[in-house]
Amino acid sequence: MKALILVGGYGTRLRPLTLSVPKPLVDFCNKPILLHQVEALVKAGVNHVILAVSYMSDMLEKEMKEQEKRLGIRISMSHEKEPLGTAGPLALARELLTENSDPFFVLNSDVICDFPFEEMVRFHKHHGKEGTIVVTKVEEPSKYGVVVYEAESGQIQRFVEKPQVFVSNKINSGLYIFSPAVLDRIQLRPTSIEKEIFPAMAQEGQLFAMELQGFWMDIGQPKDFLTGMCMYLQSVRQKHPEWLHVGPGFIGNVLVDPTAKIGQNCSIGPNVTIGPGVTVEDGVRIKRCTIMKGSRLHSHSWLESSIVGWSSSVGQWVRMENVTVLGEDVIVNDELYLNGANVLPHKCISESVPEPRIIM
Amino acid sequence: MLKAVILIGGPQKGTRFRPLSFEVPKPLFPVAGVPMVQHHIEACSKVPNLKEILLIGFYQPNEALSSFLLKAQQEFKVAIRYLQEYSALGTGGGIYHFRDQILSGGPQAFFVMNADVCSAFPLVPMLDFHKQHGGSQSYVILGTTANRSQSLNYGCIVANGETQEVLHYVEKPGTFVSDIINCGIYLFSPSIFQHIAEVFQRNQQELQLEENSSWQRTEVIRLEQDVFTTLAGRGKLYVYKTEGCWSQIKSAGSAIYASRLYLSQYGSTHPERLASTKEGGPTIRGNVYIHPTANVDPSAVLGPNVSIGMGVTVGAGVRIRESIVLHGAVLQDHSCVLNTIVGWDSTVGRWARVEGTPSDPNPNDPYSKIDSETLFREGKLTPSITILGCNVSIPAEVVILNSIVLPHKELSRSFKNQIIL
Ligand SMILES: Nc1nc2c(ncn2[C@@H]2O[C@H](COP(=O)(O)OP(=O)(O)O)[C@@H](O)[C@H]2O)c(=O)[nH]1
Ligand SMILES: Nc1nc2c(ncn2[C@@H]2O[C@H](COP(=O)(O)OP(=O)(O)O)[C@@H](O)[C@H]2O)c(=O)[nH]1
Ligand SMILES: [Mg+2]
Repeated sequence: MKALILVGGYGTRLRPLTLSVPKPLVDFCNKPILLHQVEALVKAGVNHVILAVSYMSDMLEKEMKEQEKRLGIRISMSHEKEPLGTAGPLALARELLTENSDPFFVLNSDVICDFPFEEMVRFHKHHGKEGTIVVTKVEEPSKYGVVVYEAESGQIQRFVEKPQVFVSNKINSGLYIFSPAVLDRIQLRPTSIEKEIFPAMAQEGQLFAMELQGFWMDIGQPKDFLTGMCMYLQSVRQKHPEWLHVGPGFIGNVLVDPTAKIGQNCSIGPNVTIGPGVTVEDGVRIKRCTIMKGSRLHSHSWLESSIVGWSSSVGQWVRMENVTVLGEDVIVNDELYLNGANVLPHKCISESVPEPRIIM
Repeated sequence: MLKAVILIGGPQKGTRFRPLSFEVPKPLFPVAGVPMVQHHIEACSKVPNLKEILLIGFYQPNEALSSFLLKAQQEFKVAIRYLQEYSALGTGGGIYHFRDQILSGGPQAFFVMNADVCSAFPLVPMLDFHKQHGGSQSYVILGTTANRSQSLNYGCIVANGETQEVLHYVEKPGTFVSDIINCGIYLFSPSIFQHIAEVFQRNQQELQLEENSSWQRTEVIRLEQDVFTTLAGRGKLYVYKTEGCWSQIKSAGSAIYASRLYLSQYGSTHPERLASTKEGGPTIRGNVYIHPTANVDPSAVLGPNVSIGMGVTVGAGVRIRESIVLHGAVLQDHSCVLNTIVGWDSTVGRWARVEGTPSDPNPNDPYSKIDSETLFREGKLTPSITILGCNVSIPAEVVILNSIVLPHKELSRSFKNQIIL
């Protein structure tokens, strides 16, 4: 089986992290975002992954070469000359997708959930039509485009953008499985699959909705990245509690790479991810944070709801909160207060940032 | 024989020092570990032949004041008395009212000092200067140089560049007059009372013309506006200019600044009051005062400019900089206290951050003074040092930024730029 992942553009909303690495390679819970998807696909029997990218990235290509070997699958890159939207990339990859007549997966790249790929195949084969969209329940449907479908069969009737009166609380989760016939609907030009392809398919009774069980999050921006981390760690707690770190000073769901060093009298958690080679000195308090590879948190610092990018250094008695994001190799001097700071890579911060702002 | 008078004001004064002045009379607020006026008293005690210090104010007699005075008399071996005005008589009215007490024993001269100033107190040089400039018929004001814009907040002195005679005096002018300002420290010959008496009589005459005037108001006299202004240009008033450290202590923020000035003097005057990093003790950076009864964890890092009061507990991994921690306060592990006054018996929880914004004088202008004028600018609280009143409790892990917390408050979350009633 095949899967096409819509990797897309520059990932601007996840800056400053995406100034250092392409978004699919940003570490989410100690694993590049893309690998969460690719590994789940492989487990479901996918042996050929196509990455639809609208920009060139040597780093991504090199990393995917390695993953090809490691996972024993084929990974192709499908480069667009101009951004083709969410449908156009399927037309561009048409040849690869029609090497056989199996249905194929299509994924938005920054979605994190318990990927239900095997169930999708079953569901799709069961209704036998052109397409299946995985939908997920949201609390405030008026903020999204919702999917209205027949409860029994899952057959989609229509899509409603930002409904003002309640029609449904299910939204498109960005996970699809299609039969190759869908490719006849898509031309090689910038096209939105949600706006230009799905409505017609629904009208013709060719599109079905499958409800996702468990958590789902689009982690394309820092705030949601952290929320997604909390959800993911909770699902780890249920499925692989042995991956989580326990012991004195650890609270709730905490993921710690075995090569990280943790000092005395720290209090870590709930909802913390600590990457490889990270050093956490004595007396540090961390909650709801991701600390990426090679970073150092100096003693008595306090971090909440923040992301510390690769190889950064957070000084003693620094307080960081409110979705502060440090890019790669940032130095925060001792005793500073960062409130919602967005710090670009290779900066040295020597003054507090009491109100949210971008530090160029 | 010499004497000294310290004008300590009263409970209605010092409003800019709230909420700290609710708990202790402002003159007793600790600056660099000792009560504000102890610095004055100590300086007086070093002046040869200075026999008595009179504190004049309109505080009700109180336990804090009397026990301080008792201790100070013993420590500095000088007679100290408190004289209470029946109501606020102004900076000249009080000394006039108590002129007999001041003159009893026949002092040749006496100092008068505002309580709310921090100074190196060059009292002996002032005496020498007095002798050279008119002696018993003259009076000396201690002056210092300010920058042009800030001079407007002070009493401004125009003096003859050679003789140092004061030619013109104006209190807090609206436009620039002179960059020499009044430090609130004076040396008077007894004949000063003749000039104050003139003002007193003038007041009396003026008030007789008014209806419903109360006799009390004739006694209210301002040394600056009523006396210096008329003495200027009459060959009697001189300014002795000092380059030594000096600051007013009006706001709580200026108490931290004044502490810094006094702590740096301790290097030569009281090295025993300065803490240093020792085996098994906390890390000390710069000038730090720690009361001997305080309990400071060896992993804490203190300084520069930190004063730790009696019985204070400083937990493991605590960081304190540019702050005053008053007696009985508890700073729990990993907390961080910057540019803050932590009130008596207050508690700061683990990993809490309590931080203010200093209003230090411009470091690039040697004549710049600390601004302690307004709490609000354009309806918004101006970022200032953080003050925790007495018995305030800050929970673990929160941040309190540029805020003033009134006494006996138990906070349950973070606060920024607020006055918390
Ligand atoms: N290859 C490719 N992917 C795209 C393009 N536009 C969007 N994507 C990807 O498609 C997915 C959905 O994109 P979009 O609908 O814009 O949603 P959002 O980026 O999550 O707000 C994301 O993973 C995007 O990176 C494009 O022009 N080319
Ligand atoms: N005894 C006494 N002292 C006063 C009185 N008014 C002010 N003071 C003290 O005199 C000093 C100067 O106060 P003031 O002239 O009001 O303030 P400034 O002009 O802003 O320095 C302070 O130490 C006050 O405590 C008063 O009525 N009686
Ligand atoms: Mg005055």
